[in-house]
Amino acid sequence: MQPTHRSSRILLPAKTWFAYLSLLIALALSYIPTGLTPGVPDWVALVLAFWSIREPLRVGMGAGFLFGLLVDIGHGAAMGQHALAYVVLCYLATTVSRRVLWFGPTQQALQMFPLLLLAQVIMVVVRVVAGAEFPGWWYFLSSFTSAALWVPLNYLLLLPQYQPVDRDDNRPI
Amino acid sequence: MSLAGHPSPPIFKQGPTPLVRLLVLVSVCLAMLITDLKFRYLEVMRQALSVATWPLQMAAAAPADFVRNAAVYFGTLVDVKKDNAALRGRELEAAQRLLRFEQLEEENRRLRGLLDMGAAVAVKSVAAEILYDAPDPFDRKVILNRGSQQGVQAGMAVVNEQGMIGQVTRVYPVQAEVTLLTDKEQAVPVQVARNGLRGVLAGAGQGRLELRFTPSGADVRVGDRLVTSGLDGLFLAGLPVADVVSVDRDAQTFAVIVCEPVAGVERTTQVLLLSRAEAPPPRPAPEPEPAAPRKGRKG
Repeated sequence: MQPTHRSSRILLPAKTWFAYLSLLIALALSYIPTGLTPGVPDWVALVLAFWSIREPLRVGMGAGFLFGLLVDIGHGAAMGQHALAYVVLCYLATTVSRRVLWFGPTQQALQMFPLLLLAQVIMVVVRVVAGAEFPGWWYFLSSFTSAALWVPLNYLLLLPQYQPVDRDDNRPI
Repeated sequence: MSLAGHPSPPIFKQGPTPLVRLLVLVSVCLAMLITDLKFRYLEVMRQALSVATWPLQMAAAAPADFVRNAAVYFGTLVDVKKDNAALRGRELEAAQRLLRFEQLEEENRRLRGLLDMGAAVAVKSVAAEILYDAPDPFDRKVILNRGSQQGVQAGMAVVNEQGMIGQVTRVYPVQAEVTLLTDKEQAVPVQVARNGLRGVLAGAGQGRLELRFTPSGADVRVGDRLVTSGLDGLFLAGLPVADVVSVDRDAQTFAVIVCEPVAGVERTTQVLLLSRAEAPPPRPAPEPEPAAPRKGRKG
């Protein structure tokens, strides 16, 4: 079947301030103390991946590095652990963005899952090599929940761009 | 890397190519990881940047606080009554021991005076509550609701009513991070209560502890109680830490001694932070280079 550029409904241009605001909100969400509950999504990774796919020229590895460091500080993790994972995640997301945007949100989620999993694998490898204890297989549940949240997040973060340029009271949406 | 397969004209230049940027950032991250995990040089940077993240963290903790308070509020009266009865019983039991303790302390002070020994170390203590597990899944750490503003210092011993559970490793203004005994990085100098044999106790994973570097022939038996030795100059001597569970002498030079913490390390909420009232002795200065001219004070 010939793929169609289904996700490319004509949108307003994205606003850089909105991208960074959403990243800050994701950071705040990641600071919510959930303890060691398995399956808590990695909000920052998810939003970073989203903007790296949508706006590769505005949000990329630099933002991944900065927000990774902020997550490291807030979580008391090793400095550079999340930064490393997010830099690699943003690089890969930027690289595949042209291809991924040809698919609808559900297929996009399937393609984002390996990237999110890879980010977690990087963190596990780095820490286990440094002598930490393996956190158990439940740790990777987070990638599944993150990927499952891709579709609603896609809708939510694109909402401002769905707005019409001219205000028309008779328009259905 | 260019999308079209040939170098892009100057007006499309966006700085270094993505691959170069990736390699630079990855090497920066790896350098930071090594400095932080192996040498702990980045604590200053962490403290400085945590000022920026502080408001966000406070805002994020608000819903968790609300849920916890609501849970306490709706805790049934029956539970509270049961707790109260148990606590009264314990208090009665503790009271008679405390009476004897005061008398013994007085006696100890007099005897020390007679023997011309220095006074027993004064104790500084802060009561605290464990808020939640630290989010980093690779460590066994918890967060307390007391910080530097309440007099918490890094290095304090954390105990509950049964024994030691960990050590304060990082202090924030109103919170502190405790590394539990079961963390692999946490070591405690201990001695066997029965015969005073000294050793170093470290986390071994799976909630177990290991008495490291003890020769195979050492007099350690299953069931021995390990208490802090106080040799590090940080912990008070005599806090119960762990019980020996198994001793394997067939290993090579050192016996493999597995221990279990006395206190329920992973399931406790109310804790006390203890330290000596005076500052720990300063770290010994590194050996000066023999060839270098020595100036100022002598070591």
